[in-house]
Amino acid sequence: MSETEVLVRARGLVKQFGSFTAVNGIDFELRRGEAFGFLGPNGAGKSSTMRMIGCVSPPSGGELRILGLDPVKDGPAIRARLGVVPQDDTLDVELTVRENLLVYGRYFGLPRQLIRERTDQLLEFVQLSDRAKDKVEPLSGGMKRRLTIARSLINDPDILILDEPTTGLDPQARHVVWDRLFRLKQRGVTLILTTHYMDEAEQLCDRLVVMDHGQFAASGSPRQLIDQYCSPEVLELRFDPQVHDATIEKLKDFPAERAEVLADRILLYVEDGDSTLAAVRERGFEPLTSLVRRGTLEDVFLRLTGRRLED
Amino acid sequence: MILTMRAFRCWLTVYRRIWRSSIWSSILGPICYLGAMGFGLGSLVDKHGTASLGGVPYLAFLAPAILASSAMTTGLDESTFPVYGSIKWNKIYIGAQASPLRPADIYRGHLLFMTMRITLNALIFIVIMSAFGAPRSLWVLLALPCAVLTGLAFAAPVAAWAVTLKNEMPFNVVFRFGMIPLMLFSGTFFPLSQLPAWLRPLAYATPLWHGVALCRAFSLGTGIRDPVGMLGHVAYLAVLAAVGIWAGGWTYRRRLYV
Repeated sequence: MSETEVLVRARGLVKQFGSFTAVNGIDFELRRGEAFGFLGPNGAGKSSTMRMIGCVSPPSGGELRILGLDPVKDGPAIRARLGVVPQDDTLDVELTVRENLLVYGRYFGLPRQLIRERTDQLLEFVQLSDRAKDKVEPLSGGMKRRLTIARSLINDPDILILDEPTTGLDPQARHVVWDRLFRLKQRGVTLILTTHYMDEAEQLCDRLVVMDHGQFAASGSPRQLIDQYCSPEVLELRFDPQVHDATIEKLKDFPAERAEVLADRILLYVEDGDSTLAAVRERGFEPLTSLVRRGTLEDVFLRLTGRRLED
Repeated sequence: MILTMRAFRCWLTVYRRIWRSSIWSSILGPICYLGAMGFGLGSLVDKHGTASLGGVPYLAFLAPAILASSAMTTGLDESTFPVYGSIKWNKIYIGAQASPLRPADIYRGHLLFMTMRITLNALIFIVIMSAFGAPRSLWVLLALPCAVLTGLAFAAPVAAWAVTLKNEMPFNVVFRFGMIPLMLFSGTFFPLSQLPAWLRPLAYATPLWHGVALCRAFSLGTGIRDPVGMLGHVAYLAVLAAVGIWAGGWTYRRRLYV
């Protein structure tokens, strides 16, 4: 098996619910060993895409091949080789940590002995060994998420599908989850994940697509996307509210790749933030605060999908 | 079939956690029922002569009917909230769906578990009613499969319907306006001959009446004299169960595979 073996191939993939089109003709290829991210605001069609790849939702149009098989005809065979971490935990909270893995392993028809061995390894991997005999109910959100990840690995899947793996977790818990996912990636597990956290995408994904209104707005590595859709640096200026509007009018035509006016500050997308700041001051504008930072994936994301709530 | 068994085993694991408490209610329920209704009410009834009951004591008349009716109750209990909850609350179905199991496997596996629960409860009931001396014949052993079929005739179609619901309110309607009237008017507590003539055909059409007729006939030992009638009852219930099983494969797929 070569490193570039294509595990998932989609051509013009469409998903419709009645007259609503959730996914509107997307093309992508997922290769073995890579971490592929779907970024997008809520309702962009990420979860619908994940469900189609997970073979729990039939495509409405286009072509989809997973592990060389047809998801409509070969659903059980494909699902046997996938691991899924759904958006909402589907753990059985009445059962213990260990029993959850047992039940799940049995779904895949694995022998008890093998499940027991893998359970030990997986619980250690997600740092839950000491909770093995405890019920799931009282576990924290982060622990439940880690348990869901352990459960999704019980069948030693070829592809791990994660739908918003850290949504709703506190920062500490998120970092533990990221750390574990990063280790999986290092071990060569192929990951597909959706997220609307840019730092998550930047840390974990080799390749990303930004999805909006059921289509891809852009795709590439995090670095490529930043290079393509954002300036190297961003200058954030904040002015005295009294002169805010007047100043911003005058700064709008300032030589920058792009300027964005927000309610409380102005963003200038530029090559060199410090020299632009000097130039702003030369013109006699004195900002209350200024910040020069590098362009980030978040800038790309907001540019491509819009600051919708403020529109 | 293998996939169905995998889904079934999941339910067994869940059941292992709760079987103790559930067994107690399966034992105490029949004892209370047969004690209060069979002995308490029965002693009153028996004083007035039991010709209309076929000349047997009230307890012997009543017990097999309660067997059928509690099989229905178990069937309904297991096919309503647990099915709905497997999508909305503990999401057992949603989790299972990410495995090789297909919606039809998830349905059949759960239905198999329901059948097991109905069988266990019916078996316990038959043992207890035997301890009360209610059965009149060894044919009562055949009342077991009859009770199971009765429960299944409810559980299979109701589960097929329950999976389609978006909220759990309709279950109250099933219990209040379905289960309780069926229990009261299916020849359970009194023979249908006591009902006004125009109401009787309605009772004949209800599935519970067929279940009651079967269980009672075998418990009293009279069933063997009317094989055609017995087969008719079995056929009615079997058709209901079969339609339910067919529909469930379809409704589960429609709900889970979208």
